[in-house]
Amino acid sequence: MSNLIIAPVVLPAVLAPFILMVIRHHLDLQRIFSMAGSIALVCISLVLTHQASGGEIQVYELGDWPAPFGIVLVLDRLSALMVLLTSVLGLCVNLYVISTDWDKRGEHFHPLFQFQLMGVCGAFLTGDAFNLFVFFEVLLIASYGLMIHGGGADRLRAGMQYVVYNLLGSTLFLFALGTIYAVTGTLNMADLAVRIAELPADDTALIRVGAVLLLLVFCIKAAVLPLHFWLPGSYANAPAPVAALFAIMTKVGAYSILRMYTLVFGPELALSAGLVGQWLLPAALLTLAVGMVGILGSRDISKLAVFAAIGSMGTLLIAIALFTPLATGAAIYYIVHSTLATAMIFLVSDLIIERRGKEIKPAPRMAQNGLISALFFVAAIALAGMPPLSGFLGKLMVLQASTGTPHQTLIWSVILIFSLVAIIGFARAGSLIFWKTTDPMEDLDLEEVQVAPLQTQGTVMVFVPIFALLFGLVALTIFAEQAIEYANATAEQLFDTSAYIDAVLGETAK
Amino acid sequence: MEFLVSSAVAVLTSCGVYLILRQRTFPVILGLSLLSYAVNIFLFSTGRLVQNLPAILDKYGEGIYTDPLPQALVLTAIVISFGMTALVVMIALSAYLTSETDKIDMTETTDEGDSA
Repeated sequence: MSNLIIAPVVLPAVLAPFILMVIRHHLDLQRIFSMAGSIALVCISLVLTHQASGGEIQVYELGDWPAPFGIVLVLDRLSALMVLLTSVLGLCVNLYVISTDWDKRGEHFHPLFQFQLMGVCGAFLTGDAFNLFVFFEVLLIASYGLMIHGGGADRLRAGMQYVVYNLLGSTLFLFALGTIYAVTGTLNMADLAVRIAELPADDTALIRVGAVLLLLVFCIKAAVLPLHFWLPGSYANAPAPVAALFAIMTKVGAYSILRMYTLVFGPELALSAGLVGQWLLPAALLTLAVGMVGILGSRDISKLAVFAAIGSMGTLLIAIALFTPLATGAAIYYIVHSTLATAMIFLVSDLIIERRGKEIKPAPRMAQNGLISALFFVAAIALAGMPPLSGFLGKLMVLQASTGTPHQTLIWSVILIFSLVAIIGFARAGSLIFWKTTDPMEDLDLEEVQVAPLQTQGTVMVFVPIFALLFGLVALTIFAEQAIEYANATAEQLFDTSAYIDAVLGETAK
Repeated sequence: MEFLVSSAVAVLTSCGVYLILRQRTFPVILGLSLLSYAVNIFLFSTGRLVQNLPAILDKYGEGIYTDPLPQALVLTAIVISFGMTALVVMIALSAYLTSETDKIDMTETTDEGDSA
């Protein structure tokens, strides 16, 4: 039993109070410790991913209590990959926040940031459904603080909506867990899987209710269509780097769906066969459609980024909803791609907002117009799923996985048509922002407004995290073979539930 | 007792949902509190309802006990919901003080509303 598994949870959990209580008044020290923590987290998660890539499932028993009685953390390929993704994203966002002084605009950015990382890593590692709820709450509490970071009337009101909606989601989560516990008497995921498989066939009504309630909760987190309406308002009003970090939070929902509905309510179980995919697939198709149309229709740049995020969740959820090992492999590849791409568009949009305001309309040329437009172009290619970058491969894998399923024509046409819509949307926004610039001499007022921020925003450091994300996307394309291999191995491991159950419950059974 | 507990959950939930739909911060916060009470009672009852039994395994006793796990779950849920209520009150207060309105929906300030 390696103690390293709990490090992604413990490290931020120790660092955050330290930053909050000891070095609260020294911003430079805060930055140093926060960066050091982020770098350490990346190193830890690299080691963990290396350990998990062999295919062995490691279990960490908290307090050394055996599995169904105590809480366990489980490290398999999927959770290791997600923790790695979180830590890399965290490092990029942290770098961006420091280089743009976002952390000066309000207090306690870094402690909240570390708590957020702790919650996300914990949610990915835990092997216990109630603990999943607790880590959801940890990451949500931190996200409430980050969401209203910097203040302002609009942001606070959007934050209020966000908090209320997520509190409702948490309540629903508890109702779902209560229902499941009432039927099975356990909340350990592996133990749940065993007990649900043993349930008598005519006694499944209540557990089905629990499964659907749980799906609703995860769909709220993943911003699936009928439940997505909290996302545009809150992400568009959140500070852009925070929204970039939140790119991983919708993935927490997607991850939970993958985990619970392969392991506990597996597709081959009689009680849950077709229960999830049947509902999730149309919702995912609609999510994709609304996201891509939203890109075309949005009038400000932060809304554009938000709808791009929703659209990429749509593609991801289509792959998840198919629930075959091939499609799940595609989904895992696409999770990595869409997290990096979404974070990138949020950071690029922040650069644009800082230089020329939110609205997509002609305005004077901004500083570094060429570089930013190139980055926007790359992010747009990635999100629309155009050839050179990994989005294209991911989309291709999703299309490939859907061949032969009953809804093949529908899935193909929705993905292809709305990719086109997304391209048009990005092209429209890009040409308005970068090409249709007005002459600054025409309007002296505007010039005065624009010149001041330009000088402060000229640092090269700002571009480092964006290029790092871009580098991730390119690497994902160049090393596609290895990445796809890992994704498919992960999917295989997910569908081979007996290995997971043995790893978690094995020692108790002996 | 079953009727009492289940009706309590039902009444609290329906009042909570009604208050949340009011779209003003104070009723919404009250509604969230009612909902969290409802969910706590519900969680408490998931270990089956029994009377006058200890919640721990008594090694030397008769072996009859009530399920302790829901109580632990409820305890966690109560702590979390307390913290959340305090937080939402603070955010609501500052949102009210900065924007001078306590409406939850944002149609007044943004021109396009919540989209889609």
